[in-house]
Amino acid sequence: MPSKQELLDLQFIDARHKLIDLAAFLDRIDRHPGADDYRYAALKAALPILLTARPDRARAVLEAFSDHTLEIAQSAPFQGAFGAALTERKLRVDG
Amino acid sequence: MNYIEPHGHMVSRTTDDYEKLALSGCEAICEPAFWAGFDRSSAAGFYDYFRQLTEYEPKRAAKYGIQHYCWLCINPKEADDPGFAREVMAIIPQFLACPTVLGIGEIGLNKNTRNELAIFEAHVQLALDHDLPVLIHTPHLEDKLKGTRLILDSLADFSQLDRGKVIIDHVEEHTISHVLDAGYWAGMTLYPESKCSPHRAIDMLEIYGTERLWMNSACDWGHSDPLSIPKCALEMKRRKHSAEAIEKIIYQNPRRFLSQSQRFKG
Repeated sequence: MPSKQELLDLQFIDARHKLIDLAAFLDRIDRHPGADDYRYAALKAALPILLTARPDRARAVLEAFSDHTLEIAQSAPFQGAFGAALTERKLRVDG
Repeated sequence: MNYIEPHGHMVSRTTDDYEKLALSGCEAICEPAFWAGFDRSSAAGFYDYFRQLTEYEPKRAAKYGIQHYCWLCINPKEADDPGFAREVMAIIPQFLACPTVLGIGEIGLNKNTRNELAIFEAHVQLALDHDLPVLIHTPHLEDKLKGTRLILDSLADFSQLDRGKVIIDHVEEHTISHVLDAGYWAGMTLYPESKCSPHRAIDMLEIYGTERLWMNSACDWGHSDPLSIPKCALEMKRRKHSAEAIEKIIYQNPRRFLSQSQRFKG
């Protein structure tokens, strides 16, 4: 198993690149006109997880984006997924 | 290093991809039935698709020395119309005797509805009736956690099910422990944007071990990479995983699971 130093040598530039890209995305959304939506709010709500000391930040971020509702709709009005749960968007619950 | 691609949708890929796979050491590809990117207009469309999977695609792969196997079902995205789904399911048994059909898959859930769940359970029963392995798709993005829980709850009601013959695919950090703790195999899908990156898949191998795990590209018509397995193997090598450990995850593990079907000769 590689040491922390070896992992930094292997992956720091890649992680740095991704962090800067994320920062630029936040800047870009803020700079452009119109309203953002629940996805942007979900993204910003997940960011503090990165600064915690827990050993499973990736899991926590995934859970933060997840649908935690318990009801099961009879059918779905659409097929796709959007990356963040919208609690206001209720599927039709028939049964 | 030779490897097995246990989940690739080759009907969506070019012949050039077969050549690249062969050059990279791919010995066998397993293709679960899936959504075409649009809803089929009739069950007859699935009849043609199942013929493509069982007759045409094995020949195309064989030209590059690659064995091609498949799994059959109606995918979760088209399973929300239960009448239509049962029409398609009625076609499946006539293909189960084909020499390259491994089992039922990729069944599962998409938007976690009761309709999808009923068709999922009908597929599980079909697999039990024919003593076949099962390959399960878990939902995308925000729906994955809830869908994985629903799938596990549903499977728990099938007392005759051999959990070692079921693989639950597309796990990520928030679902992998649920699947492994329940005794099932788990699949990690290497995608450029969604699902797992090679780095994260290797993290999960380091945390959860390699006993009941495989990796796949799930390459299809979307943003995906048919060479993601050999690329991940290279990343494992950079992270000091041994050649034996790499071979186990990209060759021995899929071979062990898939060999539960007597038709798999890999």
